[in-house]
Amino acid sequence: MRMIVLLLGVLTAALLPAQTIPRRLPIPPRPPVTGDEIAAGKRLFQGHCGGCHGPQGGGARGPNLARPKLSRAADSESLFLVIDLGIEGTEMPRGGQLHDLEIWKVVAFVESLGQLEPEPLPGDAKNGEELYYERGNCTACHWLNGGGGRQGPDLTDIGARRSVDYLRESLLKPAATFPEGYLIVSVVAKDGRRVRGTRLNEDTFTIQLRDSSEKLHSFRKEDLAELNRHKGESSMPAYTETLTKDEIDDVVSFMASQRGGS
Amino acid sequence: MRFLILTLALASTLGAQVSYEQILRAEDEPQNWLTYSGNYSSHRHSPLKQINRGNVAKLKPLWTYQKDTRHKFETTPIVVDGIMYITEPPSDVTALDPRTGRALWKYQRTLPNDIPVCCGDVNRGVAILGDTVYIGTLDAHLVALDANSGAVRWDVVVDDYKIGQAVTVAPLAVKDKIIVGIAGGEFGVRGFLDAYDAETGKRAWRFWTVPGPGEPGNETWAGDSWKRGAATTWVTGSYDPDLNLIYWGTGNPGPDWNGEVRKGDNLYSDSIIALDADSGKLKWYFQFTPHDVHDWDATQIPVLIDGTVRGKKRKLVLFANRNAFYYVLDRESGEFLLGKAYAKQTWVEGLDDHGRPMRLPNTAPTIDGTLIYPSVAGATNWFSPTYSPVDHLFYVTVMEKGHLFYMGEAIYKPGTHYTAGGGQDIPGEEPYALIKAFEPETAEVKWEFRIHEPPRAGLMSTSGGLVFGSAGGGDFFALDSQSGKPLWRFQTGGRMWSNPISYAVDGQQQIAIAAGHAIYVFGLDE
Repeated sequence: MRMIVLLLGVLTAALLPAQTIPRRLPIPPRPPVTGDEIAAGKRLFQGHCGGCHGPQGGGARGPNLARPKLSRAADSESLFLVIDLGIEGTEMPRGGQLHDLEIWKVVAFVESLGQLEPEPLPGDAKNGEELYYERGNCTACHWLNGGGGRQGPDLTDIGARRSVDYLRESLLKPAATFPEGYLIVSVVAKDGRRVRGTRLNEDTFTIQLRDSSEKLHSFRKEDLAELNRHKGESSMPAYTETLTKDEIDDVVSFMASQRGGS
Repeated sequence: MRFLILTLALASTLGAQVSYEQILRAEDEPQNWLTYSGNYSSHRHSPLKQINRGNVAKLKPLWTYQKDTRHKFETTPIVVDGIMYITEPPSDVTALDPRTGRALWKYQRTLPNDIPVCCGDVNRGVAILGDTVYIGTLDAHLVALDANSGAVRWDVVVDDYKIGQAVTVAPLAVKDKIIVGIAGGEFGVRGFLDAYDAETGKRAWRFWTVPGPGEPGNETWAGDSWKRGAATTWVTGSYDPDLNLIYWGTGNPGPDWNGEVRKGDNLYSDSIIALDADSGKLKWYFQFTPHDVHDWDATQIPVLIDGTVRGKKRKLVLFANRNAFYYVLDRESGEFLLGKAYAKQTWVEGLDDHGRPMRLPNTAPTIDGTLIYPSVAGATNWFSPTYSPVDHLFYVTVMEKGHLFYMGEAIYKPGTHYTAGGGQDIPGEEPYALIKAFEPETAEVKWEFRIHEPPRAGLMSTSGGLVFGSAGGGDFFALDSQSGKPLWRFQTGGRMWSNPISYAVDGQQQIAIAAGHAIYVFGLDE
């Protein structure tokens, strides 16, 4: 019996993670977010976080933080805890490095990175919505609020991520504002098959893509006769001919009001 | 019958002993992998050839071993007489049966919760000497374990973990000593290399990699900046028994990206140091990157070979540095013999006759960012290169990537990051990597193999005419050592932060690598 108890003890110990990080509660109250608070957070960020995330938060060894939603921190309190406790199993170090008020300053700075302040809309968002779905046919390629095409980027929170000027530019000169992760590639397989589409993934030996009919393909590179990466090309048409200047402003206004959430 | 054989084989290891003489002649027992880099010369080469160019295409996984935690798995296993010793993050050791992948014992360390760690809760492996296994820990201890059971023989403090010091390096067993380096270069610690008595754990010597007041080299640090000078020693070095010299690479000066607060060359940061193994006294040093402001640690593996340079036979040390230059030095004297860029670099015009970089203007980090190649991660990093004595080629993973380097404010607070800036990805750049095969004395490229996603793992060559390596996307592969042609690959499903090894069990050659959260072991059908 003693043997069994001992064995169970060993098994239980083996199943437990070697390190558990205590959850720190309660989180101290957050001071008001001011410009000074963000500026102070920026200085702290550059000293403590910039080594991995890039001093502007744009990503290096650590991920890019300039985005409206962080994958590991759904809200400000979660972000506080991530900074305080780190993320187990990643290079994000755990705490003791900053005191509570300093952590809130860094939270303020990091949140400022991904959240563009709403700008005055240059046109009529309601009309823009109609153009988006009808004449613009944007939904054929873009996902928005739970539906649409899959060729282009999901636009559900595009207004929180992109400025009005950027959105206008992307309608007028799509290739100039080409988003990362949407490289157009064309392949010719040794068996003669030709596929052109958006690259979904690529490694040393294989490549995966989605063609214009949204069919998914995976190739071994050794089976390809040609692999062309069309850098700077976009499958999105320029809307200079299709829409008037005012209509472009309307679509931009509709886009700018898409800030995610529900 | 098979059960009986297994039982007998395991029983035969009960009295396993690894003597210093065995490690000296590691090539004579290729069934074992006795030290971090395979031998004291750090060739990371296996003389085994059961798996070779002709049959590697049939290589298949034999077993995997999954660890419990989510931390990066950086271990290089050690294999002795049919037992594999791995470290599991954060600071644990497991003995495995390499026939089955089953654990024989585990040492699990309880760590304090207030450890500041810069780059993950990692450990790169154990050393073994006699019947004792040695592990350095995240709370900066060195622990000696009974190789048969994992029971603690002794446990000594290397230094104070609270100020950011940790032992992540695989120790190196040399004669009757265990050599241990320290990590914490991002916390403004003062680096050192230690030797401990293998029997008692008593410290035999310490070499400070940042000289104190009155010591030669202290004048290369402005004011009292030497106190926070870093120059840590977090990757295992090499040893030449004839010269009785230990060769070890040192890390970046602190703070990483703001050199204004530490004017001077900042010795012995970003250097290779050659120390007497008995006394720890400095025989010579060579600084690759004086006054580094890009975080280009020289914590790569010093590879020792005997070769001919400009018609003269010499004892050489080869060093593919993070700063994008490949160096050949005389390892008796430290004399600079060759320095050649092996990746894109934009920070120097070249090296002078003594190997000192001739810096271009405006290459230091700035508040607005300075675009420089290579990136913070360097042209290569801590993971191992390999040298094949069969092919007489040096193989290294080369990363082609730049960064925007920023300078920040340097504020020192014990136990907190003291980095003052950083590198940031160049928007739109798609970095790639190459495995390059060099003529070791000239750095003339024999072949290169392009990798789409830069890896963070090392290489191993074998006498079967193979080089094992990996890609960042999870592929583990074998290349023809003479042509670079890919002959076999396996998608592990996880990123590799480790180095491959090879050994044999019951006459079967095996290849092992830590990938994702598992050890993968490969072999041919019997």
